[in-house]
Amino acid sequence: MSAINFYFQVHQPWRIKKYRVFDIGRDHDYFTDNSDTARNNKKVFEKVTQKCYLPTNKIFQDLLDKYPHFKISYSLSGVFLEQAEKFAPEVIKSFQKLVQTNRVEILAETYYHSLSFLYSKDEFDRQVLLHRKKIRDLFGVTPKVFRNTELIYSNELGRYLEDKKYLGVLAEGADHILGWRSPNFLYRPPGTAKIKLLLKNYNLSDDIAFRFSSKDWKEYPLTAEKFAGWVNQVNGNGDLINLFMDYETFGEHQWEDTGIFNFLKSLPREICRHPDNYFVTPTEAVKMFPARDEIDVPHFISWADVERDLSAWLGNDIQKDAVAQIYSLEKAILKSKDKKLIDDWRKLQTSDHFYYMCTKWFADGDVHKYFNPYESPYEAFISFMNVLTDLRLRIPDYVINNPT
Amino acid sequence: MFGWELPPFNSGGLGVACAGLTRALAEQGVEITFVLPKKIDIKIDYMKVVFADVDFPCPDFSVYSLIKRGLLPPELHNSMFDAVLSYARRAVEIAKRYPHDIVHAHDWLCIPAGIAASKASGKPLVSHVHSTEYDRSGGQSVNPVVFAFEKQGVKKSKSLIAVSQFTADLLRDHYSADPDKLNIVHNGINPEDFAGVFASDPFLALKQAGFRVVIFVGRITIQKGPDYFIRAAQKVLGFYPKTIFVFAGTGDMEHQMIELASNLGISNKILFAGFLRGQTLKDAFKSADIFVMPSVSEPFGLVALEAVASGTPAIISKQSGVSETLAHVLKADFWDVDEMTDQMVSILRNPALQKTLRTEGYQESLKNTWSKAASETIKVYRKTLKK
Repeated sequence: MSAINFYFQVHQPWRIKKYRVFDIGRDHDYFTDNSDTARNNKKVFEKVTQKCYLPTNKIFQDLLDKYPHFKISYSLSGVFLEQAEKFAPEVIKSFQKLVQTNRVEILAETYYHSLSFLYSKDEFDRQVLLHRKKIRDLFGVTPKVFRNTELIYSNELGRYLEDKKYLGVLAEGADHILGWRSPNFLYRPPGTAKIKLLLKNYNLSDDIAFRFSSKDWKEYPLTAEKFAGWVNQVNGNGDLINLFMDYETFGEHQWEDTGIFNFLKSLPREICRHPDNYFVTPTEAVKMFPARDEIDVPHFISWADVERDLSAWLGNDIQKDAVAQIYSLEKAILKSKDKKLIDDWRKLQTSDHFYYMCTKWFADGDVHKYFNPYESPYEAFISFMNVLTDLRLRIPDYVINNPT
Repeated sequence: MFGWELPPFNSGGLGVACAGLTRALAEQGVEITFVLPKKIDIKIDYMKVVFADVDFPCPDFSVYSLIKRGLLPPELHNSMFDAVLSYARRAVEIAKRYPHDIVHAHDWLCIPAGIAASKASGKPLVSHVHSTEYDRSGGQSVNPVVFAFEKQGVKKSKSLIAVSQFTADLLRDHYSADPDKLNIVHNGINPEDFAGVFASDPFLALKQAGFRVVIFVGRITIQKGPDYFIRAAQKVLGFYPKTIFVFAGTGDMEHQMIELASNLGISNKILFAGFLRGQTLKDAFKSADIFVMPSVSEPFGLVALEAVASGTPAIISKQSGVSETLAHVLKADFWDVDEMTDQMVSILRNPALQKTLRTEGYQESLKNTWSKAASETIKVYRKTLKK
């Protein structure tokens, strides 16, 4: 038996506009960039809406209508939902329609897609609650399984979420934590009794997310039939296959002309040709399957880069400096009770800002460069730190009390 | 190989580039006969150096820089062109006397010599373009004679080596260079030359007084954008009054820059250090908090490589060849004074940025070596001989 657990991360950060030293003290509107660049959030959102969100949601809606056993799951970040409400309300409607099928699960996470678990548990709790409220308001459901920002996970998070009564948590099926074990079973964080770990099968996930259109790949072109064949091979050696990927894979990272939409349309049919295959949501999976073993993750892992660690966000000095500075303001910002100020501070916590400052492989021009709306990691840092200087000036009495 | 100067008797980047490239070529087994127009007292053991004994009525043999600095009196211009042509006449005998497979000529001063030598020996000409008249003039008042020499070189060469994509594009657009002839070989450095420790810190007293130092290294002339440097300095001083801006170099716009600094009321924050060379220049690079190269049109910009190899955070013009090979620097359009100001203030304000640019920039400089440039040049030779 192989159950397929399809999960998609849907997220858009509030990118910071080009913000120079001259703007400090004069301009508090950090996230409205009207330029023609990829820092223009409205433009980016509208583009991805047309290329990915609307067409992909339509395909999934059709598939759910056509195949009564088809199921999928999403994490929708709060900052994504905000931008959808503002720039493309039809995207919200189409997600609401999907959720109404009762075969689309929504996962819990931090509203701001932040690294707060690493820096402040209190702030993490607050952002998870904000997200829960947003999901309830828009979709009328309460998430039960957790997906932390970019699959960042460790034992500590597993235990923490067990205390918060979550049933499960998603993580990367990284080789170094699995060893000889397979990602196609559920596992248990050490020191927990109930919560279960769902680990990404990165081989099969990345076949779709990264390799699908790669002409250098020996399996190119990937057909739904071929992929279903690989799924069938798991039959007998696993309970479920966790296929986790960015939603923007469909139509944005893999453009329509690669054939990704046709692949998606045929996939449920091909997978269901094998009578033992079926689809599950994360909550169904944790109720259905036992945890087979304990998995020890003493250090944080993530789904980023080959390292599968935190180095995409916290790998160099500018990243560490920027993150440390934003969290150092927590007390003073919250004390201000200024809603706009607090919201701006939280928008600056979104992990993408730090990802843009990554210098790893920058010179070689890889995936980091592709996803970076700034010309360089340094440009991203400069705008961020200028904004932070302005933010400090907005905190009542902060600069007077902290002159350096 | 026809050159015009070699260090320490050099006035600028061409001599440095010729020395760096020839040494690395020799290390990779290329036998070089290097021709200079005038006799100088120079000891080089890795290649044969011969002199063309060109007669030239100028106190300084480095006319190359004099022309560029506008320091050559107009009445000597013609005799300078005569010198270039006389170099070409002498090149014929030299080409017959010294056996070779390739004629390699650097920039317009040596191009007529290269063409003549190639014609005399029947061996193919490779012209190496370090800069063009378009760069030197900042796009204004292109000297028609120099342009004609350059154009002829482009036409008569079997292969062209441009020091950057920036220069290759210029050769294609303004000189109608055949794209099949064009090759790009980025200049390099010997990183170990800049990695050493201080002999002495030239800005020690300033630093002890609490000043931060921003340095400009190059000729003070329109091509290098010194006026943009001063305008950005004025803005930076609004944020960080304890900053000193140093010009290391001289040039035809020096007086104009002194006046500009005075008019802007910042003359006490701008230092004119003159032309620095050798250890003093290395120390200056190393000591500075920021290096800025705001060139209007820079075929390559070797000084930027030297700065990052010294571990100094660099801000460089996007209108430069070196910006093609360096990622761990800050880049701005030369005219974008606000952007340069933002970048300087950010480095001064954020120690983490300064540190990351230092360490990443230094690592990156290690990949930009003369040895790599020599390997690329040898590939061009091989390709040329097969044509």
